[in-house]
Amino acid sequence: MSQVRVLVGTKKGAFVLTADGSRKSWTVSGPFFAGWEIYHVKGSAVDPNRIYASQSSGWFGQLIQRSDDGGATWTPVDNKFVYDGVPGTHQWYDGTPHPWEFKRVWHLEPSLTDAETVYAGVEDAALFKSTDGGASWSELAGLRGHGSGPHWQPGAGGMCLHTILLDPGNEQRMYIAISAAGTFRTDDGGQSWKPINKGLVSNFMPNPTAEVGHCVHHVAMHRARPEVLFMQKHWDVMRSDDAGENWREVSGNLPTDFGFAIDVHAHEPETLYVVPIKSDSEHFVPDGKLRVYRSRSGGNEWEPLTAGLPQKDCYVNVLRDAMAVDTLDDCGVYFGTSGGQVYASANAGDSWTPIVRDLPAVLSVEVQTLA
Amino acid sequence: MIRVVLPQHLRTLAGVGAEIALEVPAPVTVGRVLDAIEECYPMLRGTVREYGTGQRRPFLRFFACEDDWSHAGMDAELPAGVAEGREPLLIIGAIAGG
Repeated sequence: MSQVRVLVGTKKGAFVLTADGSRKSWTVSGPFFAGWEIYHVKGSAVDPNRIYASQSSGWFGQLIQRSDDGGATWTPVDNKFVYDGVPGTHQWYDGTPHPWEFKRVWHLEPSLTDAETVYAGVEDAALFKSTDGGASWSELAGLRGHGSGPHWQPGAGGMCLHTILLDPGNEQRMYIAISAAGTFRTDDGGQSWKPINKGLVSNFMPNPTAEVGHCVHHVAMHRARPEVLFMQKHWDVMRSDDAGENWREVSGNLPTDFGFAIDVHAHEPETLYVVPIKSDSEHFVPDGKLRVYRSRSGGNEWEPLTAGLPQKDCYVNVLRDAMAVDTLDDCGVYFGTSGGQVYASANAGDSWTPIVRDLPAVLSVEVQTLA
Repeated sequence: MIRVVLPQHLRTLAGVGAEIALEVPAPVTVGRVLDAIEECYPMLRGTVREYGTGQRRPFLRFFACEDDWSHAGMDAELPAGVAEGREPLLIIGAIAGG
């Protein structure tokens, strides 16, 4: 029988939640790395027992942990993230030049074809790659070396590379997103990069349609249609049908188009999920109601999904990497909150149940569907 | 042998108890003690001093024989009490955060 493994990163450790394919009864394991911030945990599609975790702390810096047994045991691997060459400068909050300084790993993206290869998106924004299971890391410096680098600026959460999307049909193509620089694409395996932000409008910028500087919060794609991208920008939900060359807004009837998380149904490429957040000054859901919004039309028309979710006195946030889907029928949808709840829907969002209610604040949620 | 007391999280990470003992060649400096720690416990590399700068992480402090050695520099010789193994070098995490 199939099994689902949910990998949860929190402010104070990692947790592994498991259930069989019915997704009714869950086992909670952890905390792993208790007391540390776990920004992201993600398993390999090639070898599901291979899982990588980003472990960090304001006291002790960055560690990368690797499991080869599905998260039961872990081994620290290399944590040396050193920028290639002279790091140079980016813009600081006040517009002055500021040296690139490594702070932490936000996102780990295992290769779709090789369990030993994994990408790391870091703050200050850069992309690193390991081809030996995390035993060593090297920067794909073409991204930071793109001519726009000196103009990138940190968002409120830091200047982080938080999204890495690998094209399942083209190993040379990747997308990444940076707050607050925007979205970039490579078509040559990471050697060179192109900003793909045409159509984004960010009114906080001196030039709201500039090539770079946009605060992209997250980008998602469906595996069967990797040229179609969906974006939750700081404000605005966006869509591209041409691999990011052009974007158009699909916020439609959302109650607010600010938010962080966005994901796509595993079997329906036009079915999307977002969690609208009230505003960038009040990072919680509007009206005290936790509502996931689903569009079955690729955006613009959205319906609130509320069954099983608190509809009064709820003031949580859902962060950019804290939503994921499984590949079972019906598609399972999962998300974690700043209040420590992890919710699951085994019916594509029609109804929700908390798997666990009282974890530390959730930073990331990933799902593995196991045969 | 040089004695070192690590913060709790680093003990867990290295799988050691409250105090570790290390061979450190004279003259015994903070830098040489950290070299020995990182040699014996590779999982601690980068956790006490930063890779890029080689400097102490800001939220960690070094104490030796009741004195704060945090700002003495990596090449400053530690006091005889530590160098002769009578006292441990204390690596302490700042009491901060939540």
